[in-house]
Amino acid sequence: MPDKYTISHLRQLEAESIQIIREVAAEFEKPVMLYSIGKDSSVMVRLAQKAFHPGKIPFPLMHIDTGYKFKDMYRFRDEYIKSITANLIIYRNEKAIGEKINPFDYGTQKCCSFLKTQALVDSIREGEYDAAFGGARRDEEKSRAKERIFSFRDKFGQWDPKNQRPELWNIFNCKINKGESIRVFPISNWTELDVWQYIYMENIPIVPLYFAEEREMIVRDKQLIPLDGPVPSGWKDKPQKVMCRFRTLGCYPCTGAVRSAARTVLEIIQEMMIERKSERATRIIDHDAEGSMEDKKREGYF
Amino acid sequence: MDIEEFLNRNQTKELLRLSTAGSVDDGKSTLIGRLLHDSKGIYEDQLDSVKKLSGKINNDVSIDFSLVTDGLKAEREQGITIDVAYRYFSTPKRKFIIADTPGHEQYTRNMATGASTANLAIILIDARNGVITQSRRHSFISSLLRIPHLVIAVNKMDLVDYSKAVFDRIKSEYVEFAAKLQISDLHFIPISALHGDNVVEKSKNMPWHNGVPLLEYLEEVYIASDRNLIDFRFPVQYVIRPHLDFRGFSGQIYSGIIRKGEEVMVLPSNRKTHVKSIVTYEGELDYAFAPQSVTITLEDEVDISRGNMLVHPHNHPNVQRHFEAMVVWMSEAPLDPERQYLVKHATQTVPARVDEIRYKVNVNTLHRESSSSLNINEIGRVVFTSKRPLFFDPYSRNRTTGSFIIIDMISNNTVAAGMILDREPESKLPVNILPLTEKKTSARKETTSLIGEDERARRFRQKPATLWLTGLVSSGKKEISVALEKRLFDMGATCMVLEGSSLRTRLDNELDYSFADCSEHLRRVAEIAYLLNRNGLITICSFVSPYEIIRKQVSEIIGQDRFIEIFADSSLASCRKRDKTGLFEKADRGEIENLAGVSYPYESPKAPQIHLKMDEISIEDAVNSIVGYLADQKTFPLS
Repeated sequence: MPDKYTISHLRQLEAESIQIIREVAAEFEKPVMLYSIGKDSSVMVRLAQKAFHPGKIPFPLMHIDTGYKFKDMYRFRDEYIKSITANLIIYRNEKAIGEKINPFDYGTQKCCSFLKTQALVDSIREGEYDAAFGGARRDEEKSRAKERIFSFRDKFGQWDPKNQRPELWNIFNCKINKGESIRVFPISNWTELDVWQYIYMENIPIVPLYFAEEREMIVRDKQLIPLDGPVPSGWKDKPQKVMCRFRTLGCYPCTGAVRSAARTVLEIIQEMMIERKSERATRIIDHDAEGSMEDKKREGYF
Repeated sequence: MDIEEFLNRNQTKELLRLSTAGSVDDGKSTLIGRLLHDSKGIYEDQLDSVKKLSGKINNDVSIDFSLVTDGLKAEREQGITIDVAYRYFSTPKRKFIIADTPGHEQYTRNMATGASTANLAIILIDARNGVITQSRRHSFISSLLRIPHLVIAVNKMDLVDYSKAVFDRIKSEYVEFAAKLQISDLHFIPISALHGDNVVEKSKNMPWHNGVPLLEYLEEVYIASDRNLIDFRFPVQYVIRPHLDFRGFSGQIYSGIIRKGEEVMVLPSNRKTHVKSIVTYEGELDYAFAPQSVTITLEDEVDISRGNMLVHPHNHPNVQRHFEAMVVWMSEAPLDPERQYLVKHATQTVPARVDEIRYKVNVNTLHRESSSSLNINEIGRVVFTSKRPLFFDPYSRNRTTGSFIIIDMISNNTVAAGMILDREPESKLPVNILPLTEKKTSARKETTSLIGEDERARRFRQKPATLWLTGLVSSGKKEISVALEKRLFDMGATCMVLEGSSLRTRLDNELDYSFADCSEHLRRVAEIAYLLNRNGLITICSFVSPYEIIRKQVSEIIGQDRFIEIFADSSLASCRKRDKTGLFEKADRGEIENLAGVSYPYESPKAPQIHLKMDEISIEDAVNSIVGYLADQKTFPLS
C-alpha cells in the first residue's frame, strides 16, 4: 500500500510531463502544441491544462491537416477545442492539396512527405515557433526510443540522431539560435497502456473511432481499411461490415483498424492486456522500409 | 483478475528507473530483451520483424534480443549500442524504465546520461572474464551519479558450468574494488540471460544461490527512501497570473514536503511568508511532496520570479556563487578554462567561469591526474564562480539541487554535466579573477588616443604606477593612503586613491563579502587602476587583499612593471588598538565572518617592494619611505 508520501507511476509521469511543459512555456518565446486529435494529443492537452491551471494554456494548439483525416476526427476536434476554449491553428499544405497529392497515386511515403512533414516544417517556420510540442512516445517505435525529450532541429527541421544534445536529470537545454527549433515530447516516457489508463482515470474525451463498432471496411493484405472517403476505383474488394476499432488515428487511407469488440476504455485496456501487436503496426507508413521512421524524422517528421 | 482490480492495482504501482551499460558482447541487450520478452513486453509483431532481421545479420542466434534494443540504423549495422535508448516494461507491481547505454569508454557521457535519473543500475559482468575495466568504469559512473542501488549481475553462468566458485571469486573481487566507491546498496545475482536463469524464474541450474531472481529483486527493492523528503526545495519554474486575484508560483517540488499554512522563505531575497494554498487542477491540497508538480500561492505579496526558490526558513541550501563540482565533459570541444559558460541549475541559467581544474579522474584506474582541461568523456573536479548565486545542496544529499548542466554560449550545446561537492568551505576554494570572456593571452581593446604614454608622462612629470597597500584591517593602510595622496599632490603629482568602502557603496554595491565577491571586487579595482595608469595617473589602492594568488592576478591585470606592492605589516594587537571600525569586536562575538587575521587567513606578501613595519614606525615615516621609493625608481618626480 502506498504511504502518504508516495505517488503512483502515473502521477509521477504526470508530474514530470507538467514540469516539461512549464519549462517550455517559461524558456521559449513562441511555443506551439501540435494537436493531432488522437488519444496521445488528448492526454498532452490535458497535461497542459493542468500545468497552467487556473490560468489558460499560454500557447496555441496547431493541427497539421492533410485533408485525409476521418470525418469523426474533424467533428471531434471542433467540438473539443470549443469546450476547452483553447486557441487552435489549422495548417494545411494548400499547394500540395491543390495538386491532389494522395496516397493512392503517389504512395504513402510521398504523400506523407508533402502533406505532413513538409506542412509541419513550413508551419513551424512560417509561424516562427521556437518550440513545438508533440505527443510522440518512446515505446511507439525503435528510433523514437533514442530521441531526446527536447529534440533539437536545425533550420530545416531535421533531426540528427548521431549528434543529439545530452539530456540529464530533469534539466533541459532550451538554447537555440534564430530559425532553429526544439521538438518537445512531454509524454516520451509514457507507454500505450499508461495513456489508456490515464484517459480512464481522468475521464478524458477521445474520438469515438477508438471504440469498437460495426464499420464498413475493405479487407486488403490483412489490413482493415476504412471507407471514410474516396478510395481508388481500381480496388475491387467488396466492403464488408466488420466489428472493429482504431488503435491509432491518422489519415483514413493509411490507418488500418483492428478487429475488436471493445466499446469502452475499460474494455480497451482489458484487450490491451492480452494484445500482442504493437499499435503502430496498423500505421502503414512506419514499415515501408526498415528504419523508415528514422529516415522520416531526419527529414523533419515528428 | 478482473479489469477493475487490475486498474486499481496498476494505479498504485511505483515507477523504477534503471540503467544498464555494456555492449552486445556482455549480453546486456540479451538481458534486456529477455526482461522485455519474459515480462510480455515485446509485442508479437516486433518479434516477427526481429526474426526477419536476425537472419540478415546474425545467423547463428535464433532470436537476437539486442536487435530489439538497438534502435538506430547505424547501431544495427555495426552491432553496437551508440546512444541511450529508453525501454519500458511493467509487471503488476512496478513500471520500469530502462536507460540502455553503451559501455565503451568513448560513450562515458551516454552512460552518465542514463545514470542521471536511475534508481538502480545493473552492472553486467561476464562470468568468464570477471571484473574487467568496463565493469569498473560503469560502477564508478554509477557511484558518481549516485545511483542508490547497484545490482551486479554475473552473466553467462552457463558458460562456466554454473559454478559457485566462479561466482564467489567474482563477488569478492568486486567487493574489494567497490570499497573505493560510494555505493550504498550492493546486490549480486548469478544469471544466464540467454537461457533465462535467475532472470524471471529462479534457476534450477544454480540451487546454491539463495537469492531471488533479478526481476523479483527489481520489483521488491525499496526505493521510497531514494527521494529526499527532508529538505524542502521548490525552484519557481513559472508564475501563473490569470487575473489580478491570483498569483501562483508553479514548479516541481525538487525535494521535501510542504504544507498549507507553513512558513516559507524566498531565495535570494530571504523574505518570509506563509503558504496560502497548494493548487492543482484537481483541487487544493493540504500538503505536497517531491516529485509532485504544483502551484503555490502565498499569504503576502512578495516579489518572486522564475529562478527564485522557496524553502523552509530553518532549512535552506547553500546560496553561493562559488562552488566545486565533479564534471563529466560531453563535448568534442574540450573545456576551455578561460571561457565563460552557462550553468543551468534548477530553474536558473547563469554565466559562470572556471576557477580551477583540480584534477581529472582516470575512469579506468580511478587515479587522479592533474590537467589543465577536460576532453570529451573525461571526468574532473572543477571549481566555478557563477555570476549570480545558485541555491544548491551537495549532490550526495540532494540529486535534484546538486546537479547542473553546462551550456556552451556559442554553440548552445550541452557540453557537460556537474554534480556539486561540499567538501570545502567556499572561502577555501581557489578563485580566478582574470577577465572572463576573453582569453588571457588575447589583447585587450584599448581606447583610441592620439596622446602617447611619453607625452602623458612629460605633462604629469610622473610615470604611472599603482601603489597597492595590503595588510590587515586597521593596519594603517587607509591613513597612509590619505596622507600619501596629500603629500604627492603637494609635490605636484597627479594621483588618486581607491579604497573599498567608497567603491562598495556604488560601483560594487551588488557584491557581498563572500570570497567570490571579494575577488570580483578586486578584479574591478585592478581594472580601474589599469585605466587610470594608462591615462598617466598614479593610483593608491588600499585593500586588505589577503591572498597571494589574488594579488598576483591583480598585478597581472595592472601590469607587473606598474604594480608596486606595499605591505602594511602590523601585529594583530596593534591593529586592534588602532581600530575604529569595530570589526574586531564583531568578529570576536561571531557576528561577522571572514575577517582576515581573525577568522580568515592573511597571507603576507613574500617579496613586497616596500615593507612597512607599522608596529615600529609612524604614518609619516611610512609616507616618507613610499615617497623615497618613488623618487629612487624615478617614478615621481620624473627627471
